[in-house]
Amino acid sequence: MGFDNAYEAITEEVDDHRWAFGTGFVEPLSGIDAALPTGVAGDDVAAYCLMLGDDALIMSHRLQQWLTNAPELEEETALANIALDLLGQARLLFTRAGAADGSGRDEDAYAFLRSEAEFRNVRLVEPVDIDFAGLVVRLLVFSTWRLALLQRLRGTHDPILSAVAGRGVNEVTYHRDYAAQWVVRLGDGTDFSRQRIIAALAVVAPFVDELFVASDIERRLVDVDVAVQPSALRPEVEAVLIEVLGSAGLVWPHGCAANTVAADAPAAAGHDGRHLAELRDAVAELQSVARACPGAVW
Amino acid sequence: MTDATEVRSEWPLFEVFLRGKRGLNHVHVGSLHAADAQMALHHARDLYTRRNEGVSIWVIESAHITASSPDEKDPFFAPSGDKVYRHPTFYSIPDTVPHI
Repeated sequence: MGFDNAYEAITEEVDDHRWAFGTGFVEPLSGIDAALPTGVAGDDVAAYCLMLGDDALIMSHRLQQWLTNAPELEEETALANIALDLLGQARLLFTRAGAADGSGRDEDAYAFLRSEAEFRNVRLVEPVDIDFAGLVVRLLVFSTWRLALLQRLRGTHDPILSAVAGRGVNEVTYHRDYAAQWVVRLGDGTDFSRQRIIAALAVVAPFVDELFVASDIERRLVDVDVAVQPSALRPEVEAVLIEVLGSAGLVWPHGCAANTVAADAPAAAGHDGRHLAELRDAVAELQSVARACPGAVW
Repeated sequence: MTDATEVRSEWPLFEVFLRGKRGLNHVHVGSLHAADAQMALHHARDLYTRRNEGVSIWVIESAHITASSPDEKDPFFAPSGDKVYRHPTFYSIPDTVPHI
């Protein structure tokens, strides 16, 4: 908006009598050149979009499962907002995947018509949350990692990925704030809430190393400046987690130090299509309506 | 739960004031429950700015608001009802000055 004085702001002629419902909405990705950068394999870009999109879609689904179950109405709306932000990111990424691999598939085809073995999300987003502490700890790790990733992805040579990342940075910054606020609040709360946070950290910890391991596709795309080098995210993610946990007097369960990238680091499990059993139920629920009523719209 | 900590069954109520993009001042939009002011700001952002309504939020715990009582309505407000001379009706207002 940016007016020099208040009179300009109220005399500007805009048909927004319903301004209480919000104004100034913008179309995402409008006016961006959708051509693939030269010398980059479209299939690789599509596969990378699916990794990023599936992370967002499954995390969004897990958040949606909290609706009607959240401890407070206000928290429920917050979780719904975060879920919708991630769903929006997944939609743009799936659409990009369909354009990049030349198949022309739309976002629904990727979300609803793939088997769980075809999903390429990291395993961090797959487990069912045991309790609210489990949710906020996982959301903290996920959004810290995704924010570090999106910040760097803004510099990618793929114009659409860059735009999606630029848009996502503000969204995920808020998600991280939200989760961090709750982790500190519960971690530094009562003995009971602190125990729940410590238990949640132990559940999430085994899935963290995988976030920093590149799949073959990511390695190829890093070479042509399209993908972000996963291992480059580790120092920032660890620093943020140590700081947040530190404010609650907590530590990362397995000595979250920068030298933990070892020879025995895990393969890129989720990005290579190896998943937990929990993903099957999540995907089945996610796709149940689309499978029962193919092509249904409302 | 630790014994020493007082456990409340419900979070206190906060009132939320929003300034819209084109609004000049903060307007009361509703209330919400939160454990403290910082959480109330987060909740206000999540409940009241989802449709791009606001650029600034104020929250205040409802208990901190002192309000005029309905019983005092007449002594408070009725006396100004017949004092038209308090309105500057004898000025001519330039067309270019809005909101008067």
